[in-house]
Amino acid sequence: AVSTMWETEGLQTFGIVVVVCASLKLLHLLGLISFSEDSVEDELELSAVRHRPEALEQLEAQTRFSRKELQILYRGFKNECPSGVVNEDTFKEIYSQFFPQGDASTYAHFLFNAFDTDHNGSISFEDFVMGLSILLRGSVQEKLNWAFNLYDINKDGYITKEEMLDIIKSIYDMMGKCTYPILKEETPRQHVEIFFQKMDKNRDGVVTIDEFIDCCQNDENIMRSMQLFENVI
Amino acid sequence: MAAGVATWLPFARAAAVGWLPLAKKIMPKPPVDKKSRNDEILFVNVSGIRFQTWKNTLDRYPDTLLGSSEKEFFYNEDTQEYFFDRDPEMFRHILNFYRTGKLHYPRQECIQAFDEELAFYGIVPDIIGDCCMEEYRDRKKENQERLAEDTEAENATDTPLPPHSTSRERLWRAFENPHTSTMALVFYYVTGFFIAVSVIANVVETVPCRPLKGSKKDLPCGEKYTLAFFCMDTACVLIFTFEYLMRLFAAPSRCKFMRSVMSVIDVVAIMPYYIGLVMPENEDVSGAFVTLRVFRVFRIFKFSRHSQGLRILGYTLKSCASELGFLLFSLTMAIIIFATVMFYAEKGTKGTNFTSIPASFWYTIVTMTTLGYGDMVPNTIAGKIFGSICSLSGVLVIALPVPVIVSNFSRIYHQNQRADKMRAQQKVRLARIRLAKKGTTNAFLHYKEDGGFQDRDSDNALCLKNRSAFEHQHHHLLHCLEKTTNHEFTDELTFSEMCMTESVGYRTSRSTSISSQQGVSTSCCPRRGKRRAIRLANSTVSVSRGSIQELDTLQVHKTSAGPQRYDITQTLMIYSHKEKEKYY
Repeated sequence: AVSTMWETEGLQTFGIVVVVCASLKLLHLLGLISFSEDSVEDELELSAVRHRPEALEQLEAQTRFSRKELQILYRGFKNECPSGVVNEDTFKEIYSQFFPQGDASTYAHFLFNAFDTDHNGSISFEDFVMGLSILLRGSVQEKLNWAFNLYDINKDGYITKEEMLDIIKSIYDMMGKCTYPILKEETPRQHVEIFFQKMDKNRDGVVTIDEFIDCCQNDENIMRSMQLFENVI
Repeated sequence: MAAGVATWLPFARAAAVGWLPLAKKIMPKPPVDKKSRNDEILFVNVSGIRFQTWKNTLDRYPDTLLGSSEKEFFYNEDTQEYFFDRDPEMFRHILNFYRTGKLHYPRQECIQAFDEELAFYGIVPDIIGDCCMEEYRDRKKENQERLAEDTEAENATDTPLPPHSTSRERLWRAFENPHTSTMALVFYYVTGFFIAVSVIANVVETVPCRPLKGSKKDLPCGEKYTLAFFCMDTACVLIFTFEYLMRLFAAPSRCKFMRSVMSVIDVVAIMPYYIGLVMPENEDVSGAFVTLRVFRVFRIFKFSRHSQGLRILGYTLKSCASELGFLLFSLTMAIIIFATVMFYAEKGTKGTNFTSIPASFWYTIVTMTTLGYGDMVPNTIAGKIFGSICSLSGVLVIALPVPVIVSNFSRIYHQNQRADKMRAQQKVRLARIRLAKKGTTNAFLHYKEDGGFQDRDSDNALCLKNRSAFEHQHHHLLHCLEKTTNHEFTDELTFSEMCMTESVGYRTSRSTSISSQQGVSTSCCPRRGKRRAIRLANSTVSVSRGSIQELDTLQVHKTSAGPQRYDITQTLMIYSHKEKEKYY
């Protein structure tokens, strides 16, 4: 009788233990539970992005900067971005540092897209220097072209009211909330209306590149202010 | 703003072109950039190691030494570079800060040296990068703690009492630091002795002695020699009460004293006796009375005043409170889990000891601490399996927090040892400082003796030349001070002599003097005075007395002493004047 008792009890215990262990293993296999906290390691991306720009002579030919200016620009760029490219988050961070009171991330996003001409998700030195060349040394036409490109978020050749509203809202976001006079809800919308009244000649609800350039060239203030940033570098 | 931001500013300004078509108002004029934008390479020579960097790099932080015009002070025209006589290793890190915008703390450098370099270059330590900030802060805190300990040790109660302290303060000092006076030491040992006696009496009380005549049962000694033990107890309690009251009287802040741990222990040690006196010999209450007697064993904690090690142990336990708390908590969790499991595992067995879960607690504790009394043993196989798991996990759970406690204890113990070592070293250091000071004073006195105030005679030329330019200038400075205050430096021997023979001062106009302060000072030192006596023809009065008289006249009648002295012995006067003039 004792031996049977031992047997049944022993078997019972053994059975319970086996069942428990098997269920745990099954759950682990199914991925429902994890025994170790090693998910952090998986997230470590080994970013081996290295970008080398084109030769100095080529850049000199393609942009309107002198050799010395390009050297200075590249040294600064490489110092900040040793890997040779700027990705969007870094770009947003950098740009936000100039506007501490507000939120510059939306506008930085649009700017990023404007600079990243080949749309590969990062700005290389060539993109950077090409953009700067247009902005600082380009003709008025080129500058206006660049501005239009900036406003045209989906790059379809037309600026719609929504796109304009996004852009203007992002600019107002950079101001932050401590402004004088206080920023009201409808201020961006009003601004968009003013813009469209001025620019949209045929009242079709969108602004094309020609309308834009035409209108700007007729506006003296805009023309004059285009010369302002010539001496930045 | 970080260095990088400055690089990106032109870009941000260029991107502002995007706002132009949308602008509501006219844009303002841009600032005119007058300075030349040509970047040049600067040479910075730090103790022979030449660093080169762009000027723009250094200009990134205009409020530091290298970024501002302050560096022009260090410009060396001959070599066309900035020369700093500082540590080149540290400068590497400083320069890297300019280059990358992040300041790193080199782990192998001394924290104070690093701080000094930062202060020199005008860099605020707050900008140390996150990677090195923790290490920097830890080292800094460690250093400050050590400094605080040093100052504490300096102001330690080993210093002599202020001269006017009340008896209450003296009493408190005697209690806190027994080795300051003999009485305190005696009292200290007496109380220690009585604590030991009291504890031993408590213990021996319960030992069975031979029974009284005519009785077979063994009696504990306490009941046999009731009177003797009672007398001993009374004596001890009297001493303790007296000590406690004295401490209470002497304490600078009575409330704080009463709340301190030691005073609580004192009170707990003597309370049972008084309560026992007051309580009636009632059978009902005597149970509680017996419990109170247990508190008499707390007298043993009074030893912690006498033993440094005990105090350290107590302090360690206090500082490891969180680890101990964790240990307790995890043990409780484990006990509850295993007790439950064991109870249900053993439930089926007939006549089992595991009658309830709380009853299983005992088994679990005994097993986890690997005691294994064997009074409760599992019978089922499941019980045995879980019992073995229980003992294995017990070993682990207890072993975990123990190293933390051990390391804490070791740290505090070493700190304490270091404090003792500090005190010993302090004495040596102070002695050395005093010696150095005396050396300087002696050097000055020798200088004067050797006729430093005269023209360089050929006799003295050699020994004077051997002194460095620094010494000459230092001695000149001390001499100026003497002239300013109209007093002279002297050494301890003559000063003590003067103090002792103060009473002998008599005013004669015929003081040996040389009437100038030089005379006073030289006559203070007997050796030099003798020399003067040799030189001067007419010194009749003994030098020391004269000097005292001079000193008296100086101190009492500064102005009147002057003309008085100048009247005397004109020859001496002229001679000494000549000496003075020669020197100046």
